[in-house]
Amino acid sequence: MKGLRIIVLAKQVPDTRNVGKDAMKADGTVNRAVLPAIFNPEDLNALELALRVKDEIPGTTVTILTMGPGRAAEIIREGLYRGADGGVLLTDRAFAGSDTLATSYALSQAIKEMGEYDLIIAGRQAIDGDTAQVGPQVAEKLGLFQVTYVEAVLKIEKSKITVRRRLDNGVETVKAPLPLLLTVNSTAPDCRSRNAKLLMKYKHARTVTERQAATEDYLYLYDSRPFLNIHEMTVMEIKSEPDQLGLAGSPTKVKRIENVILQAKDAKRLTAADKGINDLMKELIDSHVIG
Amino acid sequence: MNNIFVYCEVEEGVVADVSLELLTKGRSLANELKCQLEAVIVGAGLKDVENQVIPYGVDVVHIIEDLRLAPYTTSPHAAVLIKLFQEEKPQIALMGATPIGRDLGPRVSSALHSGLTADCTSLEIGDHEDKKAGKVYKDLLYQIRPAFGGNIIAWIINPDCRPQMATVREGVMKKEILNVKYPGKVNHLEVSKYVSDTDFAVQVIERHLEKRKINIKGASIVVSGGYGVGSKENFKLLYDLADVLGAEVGASRAAVDAGFTDHERQIGQTGITVRPKLYIACGISGQVQHRAGMEESAQIISINTDPEAPINALADYVITGDLSEIIPKMIKYYKQNTK
Repeated sequence: MKGLRIIVLAKQVPDTRNVGKDAMKADGTVNRAVLPAIFNPEDLNALELALRVKDEIPGTTVTILTMGPGRAAEIIREGLYRGADGGVLLTDRAFAGSDTLATSYALSQAIKEMGEYDLIIAGRQAIDGDTAQVGPQVAEKLGLFQVTYVEAVLKIEKSKITVRRRLDNGVETVKAPLPLLLTVNSTAPDCRSRNAKLLMKYKHARTVTERQAATEDYLYLYDSRPFLNIHEMTVMEIKSEPDQLGLAGSPTKVKRIENVILQAKDAKRLTAADKGINDLMKELIDSHVIG
Repeated sequence: MNNIFVYCEVEEGVVADVSLELLTKGRSLANELKCQLEAVIVGAGLKDVENQVIPYGVDVVHIIEDLRLAPYTTSPHAAVLIKLFQEEKPQIALMGATPIGRDLGPRVSSALHSGLTADCTSLEIGDHEDKKAGKVYKDLLYQIRPAFGGNIIAWIINPDCRPQMATVREGVMKKEILNVKYPGKVNHLEVSKYVSDTDFAVQVIERHLEKRKINIKGASIVVSGGYGVGSKENFKLLYDLADVLGAEVGASRAAVDAGFTDHERQIGQTGITVRPKLYIACGISGQVQHRAGMEESAQIISINTDPEAPINALADYVITGDLSEIIPKMIKYYKQNTK
């Protein structure tokens, strides 16, 4: 069987478990610059699913597409170290402030520039928004069928794929035609770790902007080793309507945000001392809350 | 025109709780906006299904029935909503933040270029002034949700695009019958006008539905653990206490992510919403996303080594100390006092 051409949609996300005071800008958007950034966890599951198809069907290629600021190239390198064949960084100030719809539009226009594909695989959702919207919206914009909540690829035949979905209330086996967009759950297998050989091969992989900023003496490598080039795509390289991009292309607006401040109740305070806990249990039993 | 639409999920002829909860909320929003509430039901085996929804105050039920429309697949259901919304131009469209709603909602919102806000914890009507454009928008839907790891609450609006779409998780809104004899109408739609044969290219070839083994939502006492529990071993203490009290065990997202317990026990905005008589929060700091799933508990006990843990502000009883010492004492004194 002929290898598949797979695009994995990935996002570099702020690690929302480590959020400081300056994490939000005045306009209600996220100030990503001040936060530790990681490969979105379910996008790693998506990458693993793609790599398993590649293991099974020789000739399969896996290309990562991410949209974000320049430093998002980090997750493309991370993907290359784990087995991806290439990556595209879609980056431009024109995309700033995009909601899920404007993001999906930009991604789908970029995909149209990336040549033919059989499968697009994305994580179900990103931990900074938890919306699970970008996958289905990209599918709609490209006119593709979608299967969400996937945890395993069961079978690939010529122009058809069979997958298992994991839902809240059970599992489903679904057969769908290619090309197709899948979104992948965290119940799918964890992503393999970095491969030492690939790490050596790709450690100098850079976008053109990164190369301009670099002073190292390995810059001569890029002519002889084209695989070290991470393709950087700007708004100039995609066909787009300006009113569909960024804040202008986002139907949803943040009206206001509130930091979370709690008004304390007048709570009874106690410690691990026996008497307090004994009294508490008595009180709860007497008021029929427990027992 | 300009009414509120709720997409209702049906499994084996029964309308999902989350859909009935949204109809209840939709009714009160419709009253405020002085418009009608309409339900959309897409599936197979839908005889008399209208009787399940009209009592919630539904003015019109759109029913589209075809053997191929169940079990749910994306494209045919999306095709129905896209065309129906183009015809009826609802101002608001709501659906459950379930695997179906979260698969369908973004597809429909993309096709209609309308905004969609996921996992709202509250929906309100209000105005908005865009000072830059010198424009005032009346009666928008405020789609309110915690965002960004629960550090903030965001009010999201869709000023210019319709419908204003939102998903809400099961259990977040209350479900309440308005009137068993509510005079709602039924509108049967013809499937061939909305769905084309090519929409059925994705086939469900096998399904295994599992009854939920854990019933945290219905439990009157929940013992819940957070990252502060520290380990899977310590989490066993929570099960011990739950056993003695006849409670269910819940968890915060941080505890689930740390592998202390299963995902299906997660309470919060992206998990289950509970309203028990008693919620015992053990080692939970109390991020807003967690609180969204438990703050309506009648009584809350917080056990935490940090006397300043944010969750303590919600608590009726704050026990400061080590839970590996406190929980065994709670078990001991519960047993002593109930003998």
